[in-house]
Amino acid sequence: MHAYANPLRFQRIADAVFPWTAWATVLLAPVALWFALVVAPADYQQGEAYRIIYVHVPAAWMSMFCYLFVAVGSAVGLIWRHPLAEVAARAAAPVGAVFTAIALVTGSLWGKPMWGTWWVWDARLTSVLILFFLYLGYIALHDAFEDPARGARAASILALVGVVNIPIIKFSVDWWNTLHQPSSILRMGGPALDPSMLWPLLLMALVFKLYFVTVVILRMRAQLTERRIRNLRLSAAAA
Amino acid sequence: MAALKALLARDLSLAFRRGADTAMGLVFFVVALSLFPFGVGASPDILARIGAGVIWVVALLAVLLTLDRLWQADFEDGSLELILLSPAPLELLVVVKCLAHWLTSGLLLVVASPLLALLMNLPTEGWWALPLALLLGTPTLTLIGSIGAALLLGSRRGSVLIALLVLPLYVPVLIFGVAAVEGVLMGLSGAAPLLILGAILLAALALTPFATAAALRLALE
Repeated sequence: MHAYANPLRFQRIADAVFPWTAWATVLLAPVALWFALVVAPADYQQGEAYRIIYVHVPAAWMSMFCYLFVAVGSAVGLIWRHPLAEVAARAAAPVGAVFTAIALVTGSLWGKPMWGTWWVWDARLTSVLILFFLYLGYIALHDAFEDPARGARAASILALVGVVNIPIIKFSVDWWNTLHQPSSILRMGGPALDPSMLWPLLLMALVFKLYFVTVVILRMRAQLTERRIRNLRLSAAAA
Repeated sequence: MAALKALLARDLSLAFRRGADTAMGLVFFVVALSLFPFGVGASPDILARIGAGVIWVVALLAVLLTLDRLWQADFEDGSLELILLSPAPLELLVVVKCLAHWLTSGLLLVVASPLLALLMNLPTEGWWALPLALLLGTPTLTLIGSIGAALLLGSRRGSVLIALLVLPLYVPVLIFGVAAVEGVLMGLSGAAPLLILGAILLAALALTPFATAAALRLALE
């Protein structure tokens, strides 16, 4: 694993992967949107308004996936002192926070026509809101120290502590009977969604994932460059 | 064992001699609670309905307010480094520090809570449930808070950040703490949420000392 800790090697791999994911994101996004907004049939009950799931559900999946990504990166960084793992975790956190915010906002927009209210304090909504706060805490703790390495390690510990929230979010709709509907994709007995609606959803999820990889590579590169500039400045000041 | 006892005795006598500081959490608890009748109106049935939740929220904030006492002073005067040098395992020392902190913060809230239940016009059936729920819940608050307080040692804006780090993690305790009291008020036994509170406390007792110890080692690296 430490073979990939070398930033130069990472740069080479990232440079090779980046154009593929970036172009795939740019090209697939309109296709996925076309399928989601035009080709997929309207819902017999909710009409056209249900189409917001094509943004809401992938964003919600990504909000949890990003947190797990941050947590795994933090764990690897803490246990093996892997330098790139911390960089990756740091790069993914704001992306995850924005996905969480998108999930909350689209859910709220959807809730108004369906439930008749912008916001309810049910278990799913509340635990996702807490996830959003955990992201904010992670980012803020990262920047709270003079020494960036110290901030990175402190934030890593916090990320690991916050993992307890992930199963709570996932199972909140099964444990509590609340307004938010239970899971309809990953469930016993196969997806409850018709294939004509399911495929555009999975395509959107793929686009979100590609976007995530693209942006994380960009942000990791930026951080590595930033670190190099700081080191150069420090050695210039010392000389 | 002797080291743990000595640490407990030291922390308790320090807290006892700085009586005014120690009482601050309790004073905050009472003062903040007394604002609610002004805010929502003094009608007894409104107060009775929101009482359990309000008392719990204010208790959460009162514990939050006392958290910087846990490590900050020891960090500043260097005694934290001596504690880390002790041959006793740091995780156990963390538990002892948290115990001393809880005895001088959470326990005071537990003792004062029947009085506050009276002020909030809580029906008498809830009077035993509220202290019991706080008794099971407040140690968890100290344990979880000890992670946040230890992570922020030496940071630039610790006192503001601690609320952001710690309060989201307090939510489960709040949910089940209020559920226990309200369940009893509605005529249920309240046993299930109390058992869950106990389970959360045991899990926190088993897991949080490791996170706190890791954060302390990081702070003194």
